Amino acid sequence: MHLLEPRAEPSRTLQWAAPPLAILLMLLAGSVLFLLLGRDPLEAFRVFFIQPLESGYGWSELLLKAGPLILIAEGLAIGFRARIYNIGAEGQLIFGAVCAGGVAIYAQGHEGSWTLPLMVLAGGLGGMFWGAIPALLKTRFNAEETLTTLMLTYVANFLLSWLVHIPWRDPQGMNFPQSVMFSDAELFTPLFEGSRVNTSIFMAVVAVLVFWLLVKRSFLAFRLEVGGQAPTAARYAGFSAQATVWVSLCVSGLTAGLAGVGEVAGPIGQLNLNLSPGYGYAAIIVAYLGRLHPLGIVLSGLLMALLYLGGEAAQMSLQLPAAITGLFQGMLLFFLLGADAFIENRFRFLRRAA
Amino acid sequence: MALFLPRSASLSLLRMFATTALLGGLALSARAEDPLKAGFIYIGPTGDHGWTYAHDQGRKAAEAKFAGKVSTSFIENVPETADSERVIRDLAQKGTKVIFATSFGYMNQMEKVAKAYPNTVFMHATGYKTSKNMGTYDVRTYEGAYLLGVVAGKMSKTGKLGVVASIPIPEVIRNIDAFTIGARSVNPNITTRAIWVNSWFDPGKEREAALAMIAQGCDVLMQNTDSPAVVQAALEKGVMAFGWDSDMSKFGGKAHLAASVLNWSVIYETVLGDVLANKWKTTSYWWGVKEGAVNIEDFGPATPPEVKKLAEERRDAIKAGKLHPFSGPLKDQSGKELVAAGKTLDDGFLHGMNVYVEGVEGAIPK
Repeated sequence: MHLLEPRAEPSRTLQWAAPPLAILLMLLAGSVLFLLLGRDPLEAFRVFFIQPLESGYGWSELLLKAGPLILIAEGLAIGFRARIYNIGAEGQLIFGAVCAGGVAIYAQGHEGSWTLPLMVLAGGLGGMFWGAIPALLKTRFNAEETLTTLMLTYVANFLLSWLVHIPWRDPQGMNFPQSVMFSDAELFTPLFEGSRVNTSIFMAVVAVLVFWLLVKRSFLAFRLEVGGQAPTAARYAGFSAQATVWVSLCVSGLTAGLAGVGEVAGPIGQLNLNLSPGYGYAAIIVAYLGRLHPLGIVLSGLLMALLYLGGEAAQMSLQLPAAITGLFQGMLLFFLLGADAFIENRFRFLRRAA
Repeated sequence: MALFLPRSASLSLLRMFATTALLGGLALSARAEDPLKAGFIYIGPTGDHGWTYAHDQGRKAAEAKFAGKVSTSFIENVPETADSERVIRDLAQKGTKVIFATSFGYMNQMEKVAKAYPNTVFMHATGYKTSKNMGTYDVRTYEGAYLLGVVAGKMSKTGKLGVVASIPIPEVIRNIDAFTIGARSVNPNITTRAIWVNSWFDPGKEREAALAMIAQGCDVLMQNTDSPAVVQAALEKGVMAFGWDSDMSKFGGKAHLAASVLNWSVIYETVLGDVLANKWKTTSYWWGVKEGAVNIEDFGPATPPEVKKLAEERRDAIKAGKLHPFSGPLKDQSGKELVAAGKTLDDGFLHGMNVYVEGVEGAIPK
């Protein structure tokens, strides 16, 4: 017996109101949480959401974290709109980073202005390749992409681990699993002195513009959606469900791979075992919170980045536990999915037969 | 292409940010009467009852010793990703004068921040990069592992020992080796195997690995991870185990044979004392039993007095400089000689240790 039944026509206004509503509910639930922890909620929110942005450095760090999240989420949204669920952006990020890192390591000693562009190319293609494998498995063997993309993340992780333990280990690194540090020609240029946010942020900017144009203006986006949601109908109209799978997974792999390049050629500056703080997974929340819309994703990416920074600030200033960031992220997604459920469905009041 | 914009263009875009950042960067200089601020960055939670717990005990002891002169703060669960750089920088920015980072993966991030804050002292645990204002410190944990090995060798009935290992870096390989050497010094037939969980703190995985080795017949376990999960699993399955970094007897009960306890306070007190006296200079501390930084303690009821006595004799021999766990003749896993009789492996080799000694089964994960 279902308690919810689908509404004939979910309200579009409400669909857009859901994320702000979810944020509001998150803040309310957060207040309760802070009160239970014996803190003044207003002070806690000030530390959580305002303090990280009180300095220019804070803003630069916000962009540093939001950049990869937005970039990956834009690519994922293309697939999610077509109901192709790439859960393995984390692995595509890692494989992209590995490809770019390989270029950087072998170029050392004769690097030049060509090195960074080649790293970007290698990383993008690498991520795309890692996304293409599940596409092949799906179109050829009908293997569920939610499983294959996720499992390939583990493969990418082990590959990275092997590379930094053996062939690409820094010979001067006391046998620790890490590569050499990249040289300046192999790193993105900081946007200003002393900041870590760098020119790789423009990859996210370009992605937003491209996907915005794609969604607004092109027939391709429509075809992708139909191809994913109604394969038979699509076939009648001459679109291919197979092409939808390929495009979705390759594009999201591409953006994840580029995000990987941004990390290794940005704040990390080498290959090691701690490439990503889970950007590939967090970007899934970012994509849905942004309503799979190119501009909505920008906002949700910034919010998500702020949650990370706020969690750190809350720990440092208020000595709140580190788990608070995960709690806020989880509450946000929970309330959003909850709101969506009620927008798309309505309660059915059960009547007992007399 | 936008990605490779000339720097000047992007500069003007963010000049506003740059100005505010610069203003923020002028850290307030501490007044003379203010206590010295020391900050600690932890990889796990202070309640892990292992590695981070031991560091936190050291922090508290140092603060108590310099009451009024030093105030400390800590941040726990800091991932070893690029994010740690922001955390270290924030501490420095807030006028923290001495910053301790307690895991290897913070090394490069700390090095970068150290360059930007030349008047702050940075101390990195278990790494190898130093600079004018960045030193390193570590404990010779292998001495503790060796002493636990002596107890394990005496206690094991199956002759099979198991180690739940974290990440294959030299420190952990060295500890597996030392544990094995200690055990074989009292029972030459002992063999050791390791399962790698690729994490420092993951009680679920640590437990799984422990259960797997118990199923393979290992009856004494050691762990180079940070939680008491292995000791708990040992108690549950009726085998034996040790506290690592901290006393874990309250988790291990009768399964808890002894613990290799780290005492970071000796290092923290020395460093903070030097900074207070204005005589700190770049140092790489690698302290062991001799300096009181590691010891075998908290023997459990299952450990017979003669085994306890033997372990304490060995400890005293290490303390007196008469015994070195890595002395020859010592062979590697393949039977090749690592060091000849009468000699010992030097610190340089030990720092980069990447071979298993004779008696360890399996291969180092690649």
